[in-house]
Amino acid sequence: MGSITLEAVTKSFGGVKVIPGVDLEINDGEFVVFVGPSGCGKSTLLRLIAGLEDVTSGRILIDGQDATGMPPARRKLSMVFQSYALYPHMSVYKNIAFPLKMAGMDPAKIKEKVEGAAGILNLTDYLDRRPGQLSGGQRQRVAIGRAIVREPSAFLFDEPLSNLDAALRVNMRLEISELQKSLGTTSIYVTHDQIEAMTMADKIVVLNAGRIEQVGSPLDLYHKPANLFVAGFIGSPKMNLVEGEAARSRGATTMGIRPEHLTLSKTEGEWQGRVGVAEHLGSDTFLHVHVQGIEAPLTTRVPGNVEVSHGDTVFLTPDPARTYLFGPDGQAL
Amino acid sequence: MARTVTTNRKLVFTVIGWAIGLTLFFPILWTFLTSFKTEGEAIATPPSFLFFDWTLENYLTVNDRSDYFRHAINSVVISLGSTALGLLVAIPAAWSMAFTPTKRTKDILMWMLSTKMLPAVGVLVPITLIFRDTGLMDTRTGLVIVLMLMNLPIIVWMLFTYFKEIPGEILEAARMDGATLGKEIIYVLAPMAVPGIASTLLLNIILAWNEAFWTVLLTTNNAAPLTAMIAQYSSPEGLFWSKLSAASMLAIAPILVMGWFSQKQLVRGLTFGAVK
Repeated sequence: MGSITLEAVTKSFGGVKVIPGVDLEINDGEFVVFVGPSGCGKSTLLRLIAGLEDVTSGRILIDGQDATGMPPARRKLSMVFQSYALYPHMSVYKNIAFPLKMAGMDPAKIKEKVEGAAGILNLTDYLDRRPGQLSGGQRQRVAIGRAIVREPSAFLFDEPLSNLDAALRVNMRLEISELQKSLGTTSIYVTHDQIEAMTMADKIVVLNAGRIEQVGSPLDLYHKPANLFVAGFIGSPKMNLVEGEAARSRGATTMGIRPEHLTLSKTEGEWQGRVGVAEHLGSDTFLHVHVQGIEAPLTTRVPGNVEVSHGDTVFLTPDPARTYLFGPDGQAL
Repeated sequence: MARTVTTNRKLVFTVIGWAIGLTLFFPILWTFLTSFKTEGEAIATPPSFLFFDWTLENYLTVNDRSDYFRHAINSVVISLGSTALGLLVAIPAAWSMAFTPTKRTKDILMWMLSTKMLPAVGVLVPITLIFRDTGLMDTRTGLVIVLMLMNLPIIVWMLFTYFKEIPGEILEAARMDGATLGKEIIYVLAPMAVPGIASTLLLNIILAWNEAFWTVLLTTNNAAPLTAMIAQYSSPEGLFWSKLSAASMLAIAPILVMGWFSQKQLVRGLTFGAVK
């Protein structure tokens, strides 16, 4: 079991309200990702759930039980920190065994569990080493090992991959996803990387300035962004947001169009523009096109390779079925 | 060419380093040699370096006249006592300042340090009066208290810098792993903080052992530690160089031995935080 409910949770530091009021339901076994820009309150929200910060008002329920005033140790949650937070003076074995030792488990049982976790995470050969003798990826695995041995109600991940290099991050992302699926344990994962959010989550919670902007599955957010913030945040490259005549003619204040939904032509189209930068990735070509009357350059994504370069004139046409319209308040129409 | 320049520079700096080192060490060496000379040889011109009649007479006289062991025990009690009491006060203080700082923490730390900028003699009159009125004059308890207070800012500062280096996330991880406050301290905090506490302890023992202003002024006989004993040899009857040297050697020997064995800890404690 591992359902978590937040009821009107607020948090203030001094006079500053960082979480003005959050209601959220996380179901058992779900992989939920909190995503948002730096300083949006996602880590604070996670720490409130963990019990490392006290809520200013509101309630946190874990498995239906009020955990608002409970110390972290009693919430049956495991956390993986950005800095790994391993105990530097203990071996890998002792690090993983620590939560079990704290729970007063029998040493023979501890050994069995630690070896099981080490087997899953490919750490069997490193059990005698200290954290200082491990690579970043191995340290992160030890931190995950320490989290899984206790069989908690839920895992809390606080930007666990941001200290790793890009290639390793992709690997670890897959490993964490697979592990979560096989264990079926509720997980809350905090990241500022929307690709991590899109690829890992069952449910994404987009946060901005301590407020939940939208909650939904990755494809829900991609196809039906509730407002300009979510539209701009989810998707890579970012959605093009166009104001002015093009938007007004469609009855909106802002029109959004994703790079993959703009058709490129060298002869005709709705918008004529000049190529600023052409990024040839082999699989795709990204073009940044300056269009007269539209302030920011429009980004378009064309599958395969297109022979265009800086200064070329091109035409772009938005797919009418896939444009997003937003009103003056930034909400989707 | 560059290689030659580097080697030359290295040579110059090595020579300068040795010269400074020997200059600093020379007074200790000279005191050591003088302590084995007779009073006559000690003031002879030109002074003899190694070729004189070596004698242990000064050490025997000092021990007879001054009861060395009583002073030594006073020194041990006062330095260990003030250090233990200091750590007892400073560990929780440094801990709370490092892990739960408030807006005023920095100011408090600066204020504490600023008390070290005041010359000790500035509080001589009030402290003497307090000691006289409370019956603490010439007692070990009085010296333990006053030396603890004198060194407290340094202990708090050293521990604070040390604790600051322990990442808060590790303590939070222990809390998440189900450790109670007691277990968090025993299994995580203490093992990580021991090197810092140990070097602070060593440095403070040395500072307290060598303290000579308050120990000389606030004692007459009963509680007088080794520093006060040395001072007795610079008497109005004139200086007895060999006996003074023997007393000095006896006073510094224990701390020198302790310092030698713990130098690794001490250097780490003193340079901690300087290089990350």
